[in-house]
Amino acid sequence: MTRALVLRAGPFSLRASGRAFVVDTILACVLLGCVTVALMLGSRVLSPGEVLAALAPGADATDRLVVLEWRAPRALAAALFGACLGLSGAIFQSLTRNPLGSPDVIGLSAGSYTGVVCVLSLGGAGYAALATGAVAGGLATALAVYLLAFQRGMHGFRLIIVGIAISAMLSSVNRWFSVKADLDVALQAAVWGAGTLNNVEWLPLSYSALAALALVLALPAAGRRMRQLELGDDTAGMLGLSIERTKVLLVVLGTALTAVVTAITGPVAFIALAAPQIARRLTGHGSVDLIGAALTGAVLLSISDLIAQHAISGVALPVGAVTVCLGGGYLVWLLVRESKTS
Amino acid sequence: MTLTATRAAERPVRARVLWFAVSLLVLAAMFVVSIAVGSANLPLSTVWSALLSPDGGIDHSTIRTLRVPRTILGVLVGAALGVAGALMQGLTRNPLADPGILGVNSGAGFAIVTGVAVLGVTRIEQYLWLGFAGAVAAAAVVYAIAARGRGGADPLRLTLVGVAFGAVLTGASQTLALINPDTFDRFRYWDAGSITDRPEGTVSAILPFILIGLVLAFACARALNALALGDDLARAVGAHVGLIRLAGVVAVTLLCGAATAAAGPIVFVGLMIPHAVRLLVGPDQRWILPLALVLGPVLVLTSDVIGRLVIWPAELQVGVVTAFLGAPVLIALVRRRKPSAS
Repeated sequence: MTRALVLRAGPFSLRASGRAFVVDTILACVLLGCVTVALMLGSRVLSPGEVLAALAPGADATDRLVVLEWRAPRALAAALFGACLGLSGAIFQSLTRNPLGSPDVIGLSAGSYTGVVCVLSLGGAGYAALATGAVAGGLATALAVYLLAFQRGMHGFRLIIVGIAISAMLSSVNRWFSVKADLDVALQAAVWGAGTLNNVEWLPLSYSALAALALVLALPAAGRRMRQLELGDDTAGMLGLSIERTKVLLVVLGTALTAVVTAITGPVAFIALAAPQIARRLTGHGSVDLIGAALTGAVLLSISDLIAQHAISGVALPVGAVTVCLGGGYLVWLLVRESKTS
Repeated sequence: MTLTATRAAERPVRARVLWFAVSLLVLAAMFVVSIAVGSANLPLSTVWSALLSPDGGIDHSTIRTLRVPRTILGVLVGAALGVAGALMQGLTRNPLADPGILGVNSGAGFAIVTGVAVLGVTRIEQYLWLGFAGAVAAAAVVYAIAARGRGGADPLRLTLVGVAFGAVLTGASQTLALINPDTFDRFRYWDAGSITDRPEGTVSAILPFILIGLVLAFACARALNALALGDDLARAVGAHVGLIRLAGVVAVTLLCGAATAAAGPIVFVGLMIPHAVRLLVGPDQRWILPLALVLGPVLVLTSDVIGRLVIWPAELQVGVVTAFLGAPVLIALVRRRKPSAS
């Protein structure tokens, strides 16, 4: 048995292995550091002290505007959305028992891109229209994939195959649009499709934070059921788990967590796929680790957004392009290290 | 995720031979249709005389210089992608693996974007070797990373490294393309995937690589059956696991690299054909590879013909149509039977 830390409060208990606890703490500290740095950097560079002063009431009006209205929503959004994507990936990978079973792979990203493409080709413009298109596209795709994959129960593998098939079809539509549309419209769609945090403001962010909070409340129950489900459908059934209801719950939860993010940023690639895999290697967990995946996702997106904003001065890269490079590079490095020690 | 060998016994040899014969007939039919159909509306007699006794007129030269090379390229690309897909799924024992997992598509894409953005490449003739070099380099890096350490390139690590590294390259290409609208403009056409308007000599340039790749692939077929049992069991029955995997990866790289360099990324053929083939002839690689060799071109040619007809007299790129044609078939197959590998 590994050493474990158990917290109990009434009917709730939280059990964490020693290493996972340490890793999670470190990740949380790194996250805090990222948020602080994000508040400091910009065309007007502030010291940590000045940031704190700006947060206090009665501070210099300009500093307050810069920190609270411009930088804070973006920094918090990166952390929140990264966590949502990490969770969503962990849920889908556990459900399908395949490291490739992330929401990107089964078509949610392609679906939201297609939603945006539809809005753009119908002449829609503006932030709200694009967000509506993205969410509607993603949810419709998830529903279609689920219905097409359902057949006397939901088989995780069938879900991925149907998801990849639908995803490939939608990507075709997207590529066709990209070739047919005017260059600037195609470019606009491509920037949205890469995912960007450039447009984050407090009001939409607070809505999605509320939605994310509601979803997070369902997680402890979901995590318990996921661990049972990973034993295999038969064993989990014998333990008294209602298999199909659990799977529906998990699909809904995973899809909703992705949709919360897509509504504001567009599909940010790869975090859902990489975060659970990175977390698993950091914590040494054999099974799903929701907290680790959420923290890893949050750190990944926060660092990526810092790079996207500040790496090339004058060019605001879409954060999705950076997450892919950073997350992918880090995952490769972890795998290289793993192969050395094994 | 191992392919179960038990169902092989259920399929009599006669049924497999029948499927193979039917596929060959369909391919022959599609070959003729692909030469006969296009934006210029030519009667069959003209097609026939163009092939047998060309008079150098405009109709005859349309057929001889446009449609015939295009059809031959379609056959080569389809065969390469179909066989490479079957090989890749056998090597990684992951039915979701498609040849793109080795980073071939993303490597070719990255090389071409870099060429356009940094070196100022503009002629499509230069894309061919640039794309091929990128594809081979990416596959070599992926395999080298995955093969480090004592275990060699075990399937899970190969998949993860490939996905991660491929994602990094895709992200980098995306970033380069989004920074400069001109690069984006060129890249979007390459990215759609097409077998028409290729520079002269494309077929003869890629033919040697595809032939070598096919020979290597068929030499591996028997050993791949042993590999399906798992690495340990495969070693126990006398298979050289490391050697097979290396040969397989080289074959996939040659096949896919050549196909992608010539036609751009034509997704989904490599993923879908092996699934369809396994449902027809069972898990024996000695049957899967030949049938994939025939059905790959069928899918590509059919898609290309449909692409010429749907918005006649304009054309849809073949890479846009493959998924639209293949995805419903794949979904129907997955729903009809138990998934072919799980």
